[in-house]
Amino acid sequence: MNGGDFVTFSLTPLLIGSLAALACALPGNFLVLRRQALLGDAISHVVLPGIVLAFLVTGTISTWPMLLGSATAAVVAVVLIEAIRRFGRIEPGAAMGVVFTAMFAAGILALEQSDTSGVHLDVEHALFGNLESLIWLDATGWASLVDPVALAGLPPELFRISLVTVVIALSLAVFWRPLAISTFDEGFARTLGLPVRAIGLGIVIVSALAAVAAFDAVGSIIVIAMFICPPAAARLMTNRLGAQVAWSAAFALIAATLGFTLAGSGPAWLGSENAVSAAGMVGTVAGVILACAALFGPARN
Amino acid sequence: MLRDALTFQLGYNATLVTVAAVLLGIAAGVTGTFLFLRKRALVSDAIAHATLPGIGLAFVALTLSGLDGRHLPGLLAGSAITAMSGLFAVQWLSSRTRLSEDAAIGAVLSAYFSLGIVLLTVIQTMSTGQQAGLESFLLGSTAGMLLSDAILIALGGLLVVALVLLFRRPMSLVSFDPGFASTSGVRLDRIDLTMMGLVLGVTVVGLKVVGLILIVALLIIPPVTARLWTNRVELVVILAGAFGGIAAWLGAGLSASAPDLPTGPLIVLVSFCAFAVSMALAPRRGLFSSFVRHRRFQAGVHMRQGLLALAQGQPIYEPLTIRLLKARGLARADGMPTREGTIRAARALRDEKRWEVARATPELELAAARYDGLTQIEDVLTSDQIAEIDRRIGPPEAVQ
Repeated sequence: MNGGDFVTFSLTPLLIGSLAALACALPGNFLVLRRQALLGDAISHVVLPGIVLAFLVTGTISTWPMLLGSATAAVVAVVLIEAIRRFGRIEPGAAMGVVFTAMFAAGILALEQSDTSGVHLDVEHALFGNLESLIWLDATGWASLVDPVALAGLPPELFRISLVTVVIALSLAVFWRPLAISTFDEGFARTLGLPVRAIGLGIVIVSALAAVAAFDAVGSIIVIAMFICPPAAARLMTNRLGAQVAWSAAFALIAATLGFTLAGSGPAWLGSENAVSAAGMVGTVAGVILACAALFGPARN
Repeated sequence: MLRDALTFQLGYNATLVTVAAVLLGIAAGVTGTFLFLRKRALVSDAIAHATLPGIGLAFVALTLSGLDGRHLPGLLAGSAITAMSGLFAVQWLSSRTRLSEDAAIGAVLSAYFSLGIVLLTVIQTMSTGQQAGLESFLLGSTAGMLLSDAILIALGGLLVVALVLLFRRPMSLVSFDPGFASTSGVRLDRIDLTMMGLVLGVTVVGLKVVGLILIVALLIIPPVTARLWTNRVELVVILAGAFGGIAAWLGAGLSASAPDLPTGPLIVLVSFCAFAVSMALAPRRGLFSSFVRHRRFQAGVHMRQGLLALAQGQPIYEPLTIRLLKARGLARADGMPTREGTIRAARALRDEKRWEVARATPELELAAARYDGLTQIEDVLTSDQIAEIDRRIGPPEAVQ
């Protein structure tokens, strides 16, 4: 593959995949530490009905209604889970299971019932994403990176996911101390006068933002894998929060780049012509990284 | 059309599919109950997603050995094998590393599912003609189900129900009190393994009908619904089975009545409707009864505080308190007590004073701990104890 092909067909999906992986892995650290790891799983399921609803209302696949719809769905899901937990006195795992499966089922049903044949919205796209299709057709080579005409043709997903990743990284950096304190010792955080409930809700909102933006670009399976696998693997490498977040970012980037490369070129090395699902391969690599960390990580016990 | 579907008039095949779905619903409801009571409901999500690579591998193996890749028993056997390895991976990660069970579930779920998707894309590009339609295992589909498949699912459901009945005692013991269960000689790990084995059985059997993404709903929603209605474990099991069976019957019927209505999501949504109704109306945990209970408690507190204020001749400004006192004929609109109100106020003040003495008496400490500003002291102490308290308070004084 020469430089021109790489820039056209691989550079943007690689960048988008890596940024999506980062956007999910960063808040994932706190979800894993707060034993809310499955919230990422739940959010990435309930995003689907939100997106379908936004499509049914507006009739088009455009960014803002979809972001709004999926954010609404995420908030509705969190409120429902909390209500079932509190009023029905049902344990959180089961309450979560009730809500996200029912909302996902509603999303699937709405999707099957509505006429989405004209647009790019179907169940498989929602699950696996379509990383391979996010190509930069206007690019002719590395020189296109400084060519304003070609830059205008960059896939819009790239800008959205970059913006979201920057917002997430900045908000983690700004709220680092209160986040860390309330994650490790909620009682102590409360005596310091920190708004622990608001912090908890903030983490949920940031995760929802990451899930929605990444879902838009890469599908729900990468979202779930990146929320949990890199932070969990990082947790087995170190006892320090800062180091853990750094490890998780590194693991997420390795999984995204290695997964994408293996999916695109791996089959060719084995003599097959067809590429396999990039989203699936990224998730698989993340799982392998976690398995290695669980077997050999210095802080695994 | 819907009526035909629900009353089994759509022909032999459709009827058998519905019967299979109902048996699956019952099996999932009763099995899920123990999983839910053991607080491990979401382990089933990991098991379900871990079936996907098994389906892919089984298809490849069947095709390579020259058989029909869509042979259902073969695919289910393959899915059971990877599901089992996923289950052990969850157990191993949560017991041997510092990761908590929820992180282990999420990690196994996403990694196995990703691997499964990779295998599916490999299969899509394999040069065999029979392009598998393995995607139907993601969301389930009863359309075009073979007769033998329906029989297999129905028998699987029956077998799971029979096994749950057989193991119901040790499983409920372990669900409620693992500590007691292990001291009374029940092997915790074996019962847990049995429970998970049954869950795995339901998942594998349900793949074709509901699909692997939504099968967890059948294991979780009916037990949670049943739990809202009763505190007795046998009843929860029976109700969960009934809710699961009815949801499967209605869902499969609805799905057969029109095109473009996938079976799995419909069963899940019917099940969720039953849950929503129960959440609203259930006797103790329902929203309506919580609301009534809250209002009753609020009224009790306001009445008590209002009466104490009347007894001490203090003015009442709180509108709800005045309204409650007026409605019961204990106060007039200007906030002055009626004759009945004066009597009740004096009684409330006496009760409060008796509690005050009881709280200051060391030998009544246990009983006095039940003071909450609403309970009458007569409900807690005997008449001799109250007489002793009254002796220490002294004779009653006239109220102005």
